Amino acid sequence: MVPQDLRYTKEHEWVRIEGDIATVGITAYAAEQLGDIVFVELPEIGRTVAQFAAVGVIESVKAVSDLFAPVGGDVVESNAELSSAPELLNSDPFGKGWMLRIKVTDAAQFGGLLDPAAYEALTAEG
Amino acid sequence: MAYGSHTTEDRARMLRTIGVGSVDDLFADIPASLRSSGLDLPAPESEAELSTRLLRLAERNRVDLISFLGAGAYRHFTPPVVDQLLLRGEFYTAYTPYQPEISQGTLQTIYEYQSLMAELTGLDVVSASHYDGATATAEAALMTCRATRRERVLVSAGVHPHYRETLRTYFGGTSLVADEIPLVTDGPAAGTTDMIALERMFADPELPVAGVVVANPSFLGLLEPMAEIGRLAHGAGALFVSVVEPVSLAVLATPGEYGADIAAGDGQPLGIPLAYGGPYLGILACREALVRGIPGRLVGMTADVDGRRAFVMTLRAREQDIRREKASSNICTNQALCALAASIYLAALGPHGLRDVAALGAARAAELETALAAAGAPRLHSGPYLNEFAVRVPNAKAIHSRLIGRGILAGLLLARVLPDDPSLADSLLVCATEVTTPEDIGVFGAALGEELIGAAGRAGAGRVRAGRGRAAGRQHGSGPSDVAGPGSTAQPGGAAR
Amino acid sequence: MTVAGDRLGPTIFERSRPGRGGGKVPHPPKDALARIPAGYLRAEGPRLPEVSEPELTRHYVNLSQLNYAVDTGFYPLGSCTMKYNPKIDEWAARLTGFAALHPLVPDALSQGTLQLLWELEAALAEIGGMKAVTLQPAAGAQGELTGILMVRAYHRSRGDADRTEVLVPDSAHGTNPATASMAGFRTVSIPSAPDGGVDVEAFRSALGPRTAAVMITNPSTLGLFEARLCELLDAVHEAGALAYMDGANLNAIMGRFKPGEAGFDVMHINVHKTFSTPHGGGGPGAGPVGVGEKLLPFLPSPRVLRSLDGSYRLEEPGERPASIGRVRAFVGNTGVLVRAYAYIRAHGAAGLCEVSEDAVLAANYLKARLSDVLDVPFSRPCMHEFVASSATLKLQTGIRTLDVAKRLIDYGFHPPTVYFPLTVEEALLIEPTETESIETLDAFVEALRGIVAEAHTDPEILQSAPHGSPVRRLDETMAARQPNLRWKAMTGSLAPCPD
Repeated sequence: MVPQDLRYTKEHEWVRIEGDIATVGITAYAAEQLGDIVFVELPEIGRTVAQFAAVGVIESVKAVSDLFAPVGGDVVESNAELSSAPELLNSDPFGKGWMLRIKVTDAAQFGGLLDPAAYEALTAEG
Repeated sequence: MAYGSHTTEDRARMLRTIGVGSVDDLFADIPASLRSSGLDLPAPESEAELSTRLLRLAERNRVDLISFLGAGAYRHFTPPVVDQLLLRGEFYTAYTPYQPEISQGTLQTIYEYQSLMAELTGLDVVSASHYDGATATAEAALMTCRATRRERVLVSAGVHPHYRETLRTYFGGTSLVADEIPLVTDGPAAGTTDMIALERMFADPELPVAGVVVANPSFLGLLEPMAEIGRLAHGAGALFVSVVEPVSLAVLATPGEYGADIAAGDGQPLGIPLAYGGPYLGILACREALVRGIPGRLVGMTADVDGRRAFVMTLRAREQDIRREKASSNICTNQALCALAASIYLAALGPHGLRDVAALGAARAAELETALAAAGAPRLHSGPYLNEFAVRVPNAKAIHSRLIGRGILAGLLLARVLPDDPSLADSLLVCATEVTTPEDIGVFGAALGEELIGAAGRAGAGRVRAGRGRAAGRQHGSGPSDVAGPGSTAQPGGAAR
Repeated sequence: MTVAGDRLGPTIFERSRPGRGGGKVPHPPKDALARIPAGYLRAEGPRLPEVSEPELTRHYVNLSQLNYAVDTGFYPLGSCTMKYNPKIDEWAARLTGFAALHPLVPDALSQGTLQLLWELEAALAEIGGMKAVTLQPAAGAQGELTGILMVRAYHRSRGDADRTEVLVPDSAHGTNPATASMAGFRTVSIPSAPDGGVDVEAFRSALGPRTAAVMITNPSTLGLFEARLCELLDAVHEAGALAYMDGANLNAIMGRFKPGEAGFDVMHINVHKTFSTPHGGGGPGAGPVGVGEKLLPFLPSPRVLRSLDGSYRLEEPGERPASIGRVRAFVGNTGVLVRAYAYIRAHGAAGLCEVSEDAVLAANYLKARLSDVLDVPFSRPCMHEFVASSATLKLQTGIRTLDVAKRLIDYGFHPPTVYFPLTVEEALLIEPTETESIETLDAFVEALRGIVAEAHTDPEILQSAPHGSPVRRLDETMAARQPNLRWKAMTGSLAPCPD
């Protein structure tokens, strides 16, 4: 069961919506697929990102995956802890493993995200 | 068959097990229209015949001359222990260490190579090897563009011309730009990178600079003001790439000391044979902050499940098999055994031995300078050098050729590789190393002196105007003829002879 | 990060003791460096280890004995062609006439090597069915880059700057798309057909005026000959694109199939695979590139040419302006190429044809004997290698290909290539080569049979394998999270230089 208060993308990101700020991370499913995460590359603060653009990189021992912005806007914060403790994505992907915060320009984009049930259906198929 | 183990019985048994009548059945998937009917190649040779053939070919090369030729590949003494250890089949017939549990020999030696080169360069991250100095330099330049997200690299004209050509080829697949930093034309700094010109090149805001690439010693053997160039580069937000020669790093200031971000160079002088250009050893090193952008393999230390110290290829997610089209480089097979040779060489020489090699070369080079000046061939430049420098020689092309006839390889005719630089028109690039003897220098000086007097005499007699321009280079007397001219070419193609 | 616990042996740094070693070169005069201003000199000497020759020798010999190698055992690594490396090749490369030759000597002094290179080019051109060959590239990947840069130059020369895409099958080796990116192209990955071959229809729909080239491995990375090759190449040429062949699998087809004759415009060869130059723990190899008529003008320079009088020379600078230029400082990994030349001369036409036949025979033999042990997704005859899979085993026992591979080590074998190509789940790509005895092949079959049985009865022993190797499974996560890429700088003073 994934957290019910979040929204999801088909690229396995989760989004917490608080006003016009979206907090973004990757799901436990994604972290498990990748294996032990060893490095995370996040976009700089202030960068404007488009919805679904590749904005960062998540590296595990044997694989690499792009991080896609679930919504467009300005990056206002990123999780500095991840540079010394990338393993947080494995141990606490929905909590301490949060990755970045985006100030959303178009709140209508939230509508394009998956609800928890839809995301669970997606991972059940996969 | 030459090296296989299959007997007629073996083949028959295999065919029976597979369930086909002949091996031709196994090639049935090849459409009839595409089937070839054998190879038009010479017949097989026994090892006895083959060894004779190879000996004959090797004998057709002239390696007996007294040589003062460097220019990117250097004659050194390699202690025989290096090759003896390299001949161990467990090293040279091993594969890439993808299964680390059974490759600790290879992995530990690569880690040690990385560590030894980190000591030499003063930079903490060293790749397991690149192809050669030229490709390492090209990749270093590409690294600066990726790291700064800028598209323009400045390359000193003092970097080896073949390295600069290679860099241009690599840039040819991109929209990146490589501009040349000119050299100072006169005064005490003549021949070194022109810092005033460099400063001007940073001024264009439309084309911010990603990296500045300078060689030390330069191709012409001169020592460059690396720390100052580094400051200029960093001041403009660019990265600083230093092209290095590893033996010189025993005594010269290191890239780490003068603030380079990346070092590239060729490790051939570290116990690797000249072998007509390869295999050599691309050295690529960088500051820790750039580790994720460095191409090539990296070996790191770790532990196994029993807590034993061990080594493994790491940061693999940078590489082509994982990143595929997003990899920073496509490199896979590199020059691992050459890196091992360099490691063994460095361990065999030790810090004092390596310093002795560099210093002895410098001492011999100074003697060479004196002898050549006395013979009528003074240095072209006046700045400090380590063991390589350019000298002015009237009718250089003809003299070079005549000296070959006298058993002397008088360095490199600079006009051959840098034909567009008029200041290098009648000059030779010569070098000395720890294997150059005072006797060699004496022979060279005397022969050159005679040739120059002789040429002046001939010039006087025939009223041929000698001068700064390309001399007619007419040959007198016998000697090996110069290369066949263009237009007399039969190109290979079709069936082999 | 330091790692506590046992170690196999010290690093060379840990063996260092001040005052050890020396005696390799004479001492320089004391003032040798006095003429160089102090600002150019390094503040302190490099902290290289000081070891005596006996210590040095034991260090490296002991390390070598931790390695598995072709000289110690069977290496069925698919796509790598780990065949035996003839010792005469090592002898040849070390002949003084070859080894001591400087790359910049005038051509009159290098006639032996130039002749060898010219003859080698001609032999490789014949084997590949190509018009000409360059020996410059130092490895297969560099050969790929050279080939694709020539493709780029070709299209540019025809004013066709819109060709920005390279198509590769999804089974391609990672170097193919990485190469395309380095050469400035976008990679389009085309899914394979169910029979494992290229999906010609899918290629056809992707081909168009933006296609610069397709890169095909043939036989494919599944060890299968591309049966629809003619259709594919016709479609490629109709679209105005060029066809590149990744020649990594050349060992399967020598004498039976010539890529140039079939219509490939360019290909690379891995001499450290097909022509048995040793792998060296990761190189050096060489990646010669063969071209057809279209790409001839663009070959890297300088080429090796033969004059009418029978002498050999290098091209002059500027002699062929359309060339893409140099891809490296000098003419090639000549020391490696001497070995390839010796190998080709030893085998001759008949020998090379036999090499391919025996390689294909051995692979099919193993495939036949293993089809009741593991999944073999493609049942038609394979070429020099075939793909097996542990997918069913995983379903039945939870044992994955990784575990099978690690357990093979305990049986004395190097594992095959695993998890490649990406298109087969739990893949093992097995390539025996032609130099293994049938006894070795049978022993390998028995080992796999034993391991599959163990998977059912004692899976734990597989999941914790290997047990008998010098080290056991490694913590790759720690190695990547806290990279330790160099021995920490030695502290403490070096012994003063003996004068």
